Amino acid sequence: MTKPILEVNNLKKYFEIKGGVFGKTVAEVKAVDDVSFTVNEGEILGIVGESGCGKSTTGKAILRLLEPTEGEVKFEDQDITKLGPEEMRKLRRHMQIIFQDPYASLNPRHTVEKIVGEPLLVHGMTSAKERKDRVQELLEVVGLRAFHASKYPHQFSGGQRQRIGIARALANNPKLIICDEPVSALDVSVQSQILNLMEDLRQEFNLTYVFIAHDLSVVKHISDRVGVMYLGKMVELADKDEIYENPKHPYTQALLSAVPVADPDAQIDRVILEGDVPSPSNPPSGCPFHTRCPKVMDICKEVKPVFQEDEEQHYVACHLYE
Amino acid sequence: MSDVILELNELHTHFFTDSGEVPAVDGVSFKLHKGEVVGVVGESGCGKSVTSLSVMQLVPNPPGRIVSGEVNFKGENIAVAREKRMKEIRGNEIAMIFQEPMTSLNPVYSIGNQLIEAVRMHKKVSKKEARNKAIEMLEIVGIPRPSEVVDEFPHQLSGGMRQRVMIAMAMSCDPEVLIADEPTTALDVTIQAQILDLMRNLNKEQDTAILLITHDLGVVAEMCDRVVVMYSGQVVEEGTVREILKDPKHPYTKGLIRSLPKLYEKEQKLYSIPGTVPKPSMDHVGCRFAPRCEFAWDRCVEENPDLYELGAERKARCFLYDEKEKVTEGGPQYDEADPRG
Ligand SMILES: Nc1ncnc2c1ncn2[C@@H]1O[C@H](COP(=O)(O)OP(=O)(O)OP(=O)(O)O)[C@@H](O)[C@H]1O
Ligand SMILES: Nc1ncnc2c1ncn2[C@@H]1O[C@H](COP(=O)(O)OP(=O)(O)OP(=O)(O)O)[C@@H](O)[C@H]1O
Ligand code: SF4
Ligand code: SF4
Ligand SMILES: [Mg+2]
Ligand SMILES: [Mg+2]
Repeated sequence: MTKPILEVNNLKKYFEIKGGVFGKTVAEVKAVDDVSFTVNEGEILGIVGESGCGKSTTGKAILRLLEPTEGEVKFEDQDITKLGPEEMRKLRRHMQIIFQDPYASLNPRHTVEKIVGEPLLVHGMTSAKERKDRVQELLEVVGLRAFHASKYPHQFSGGQRQRIGIARALANNPKLIICDEPVSALDVSVQSQILNLMEDLRQEFNLTYVFIAHDLSVVKHISDRVGVMYLGKMVELADKDEIYENPKHPYTQALLSAVPVADPDAQIDRVILEGDVPSPSNPPSGCPFHTRCPKVMDICKEVKPVFQEDEEQHYVACHLYE
Repeated sequence: MSDVILELNELHTHFFTDSGEVPAVDGVSFKLHKGEVVGVVGESGCGKSVTSLSVMQLVPNPPGRIVSGEVNFKGENIAVAREKRMKEIRGNEIAMIFQEPMTSLNPVYSIGNQLIEAVRMHKKVSKKEARNKAIEMLEIVGIPRPSEVVDEFPHQLSGGMRQRVMIAMAMSCDPEVLIADEPTTALDVTIQAQILDLMRNLNKEQDTAILLITHDLGVVAEMCDRVVVMYSGQVVEEGTVREILKDPKHPYTKGLIRSLPKLYEKEQKLYSIPGTVPKPSMDHVGCRFAPRCEFAWDRCVEENPDLYELGAERKARCFLYDEKEKVTEGGPQYDEADPRG
């Protein structure tokens, strides 16, 4: 058993919505509401769920790009929510993030050399020559060429831009990378190039990824374990084969069955859910899924199910398993 | 096979931009039969949307325009129809839904107003009857609280609800053809399943032929009878959904299917097509796929291949299927020991 590199305990992130003339808090969006999980060294943990369920907020709160409202984030056994700004800055070289839209996250007025070299400078590589060499090395690692260094982001295709984003994240040899929908904006043929690149890099540099996506096939392909989120909560977490073959939570079951499969012979018992995801500023009482759950019971409307281990390493939050 | 209702014949739609002429639709031909669902698939920029906009004469002009070719709708070439005739066709005989329904719903009118207008354009009924009909339509497409939603405005609805309203509008005029351009791409999978279900009902119950534009081969497998694969402004393969997904012929289609992460199969490494998706260009010589194709040879970079007929409505645009080339039975074979596979 490898040791955990990241431990998230009871993480909460509430956004306050201000309104009125006095800017008082009129509502609260519970974007992440009591989420706990661990990520082992060298592992890829996938996080899936529908739009607005809190995946990105979880990722950003782990890195303290958003300050958690409550909870603990332990990176290599150290609770980083308690660290001061300077200590946090030092730690950031070990924890990186890549985003869905590489275009929005790359400064359009900077050359690739500057973009990829910037984190090197921030972390003390002051020699321009050294930085230049390192940038060339990084570009090669992600499958770009040395001459790309002098070009600007708009001169690249979406897949190439994602490679630049990855090169930048790798600059300071991080241990953990939070990948927030890194392939969602890419075409299928390019998506598989980037997925393969990310797998190769993990092997080569012993990286750990938290891989956030809404595409269940992509997450299944790349992850070792998968967590499913719904309305700010983690509702199920297990080994990837286990969760895809033996989903326990009614939401996971519905989500998986809703994925169209590119095989005319696939036999799928489709569970078509009714209605939309409720608003996270006014989540349902009890189980957050009870308004759409085909197996809802009386208890579900009142009592919140606890996220607990049902079988070895298979966690689920549902009264059916209590 | 039943009657052809819509037929594209060597359609060319080009954009005339500052940086040159872009042949976004470069000689596209295919047929849609009555009551059939045909998928148009391909990666971003290959010309799917411009093809469908051309059918409706909705290509923004300038910079774009249909340069040549025909769009035959029940025998009438509507590529050259007057705007007056197109107004009758749009939303009546041919309905269209888009990826982002917000762009096609008018933000300043209530949902009810827009539905009532659609109903009254089609049938001579009183306002009151039309309103009741509108509420009924909302109910059919699964909108909760239909009698309240009818008075709400587009921005008050979620993306899935807006798409359902668009489908309600399309259904209310009982069109013969529905063109759906990425109708579920912006939606979550559970909502996508609801919308696909509605479209399937529309096809089955009203016998509406559907031209479904998507980049998702999963959606294709679920919805379509036949498939047209596009690459860089051209049709590169055509066949039944089974033929395309189970026995693809064109190297691009083969590569695309092998690049997909599979939900129900164990796999090791994903196949990937090298290179990037090209933009349509007037300067193309040779096969558009040649720079990425592992089977390419001299001829592929010199000549643009025809869309070779392999059977009834089974076609592939690749020299491997040219009789003259005498290739092994069944087309190109990937070496299973290929490190990328
Ligand atoms: N800065 C903010 N202020 C207020 N609410 C926010 C803020 N950021 C996110 N939210 C809300 O928090 C919830 C979770 O958002 P988040 O972006 O984490 O979802 P997500 O799972 O990443 O969704 P997507 O798949 O669309 O990226 C949403 O309801 C969102 O509207
Ligand atoms: N208004 C425009 N001006 C200039 N070129 C255009 C315009 N609209 C489209 N094009 C060109 O036409 C080509 C085809 O575009 P189209 O929108 O049909 O692609 P698509 O297959 O629908 O892609 P996507 O999957 O991204 O929706 C593109 O490569 C684009 O460069
Ligand atoms: S707790 Fe109840 S409502 Fe929630 S998922 Fe389980 S059965 Fe459904
Ligand atoms: S014509 Fe040549 S380059 Fe084009 S797909 Fe066929 S083999 Fe490949
Ligand atoms: Mg997100
Ligand atoms: Mg399009």
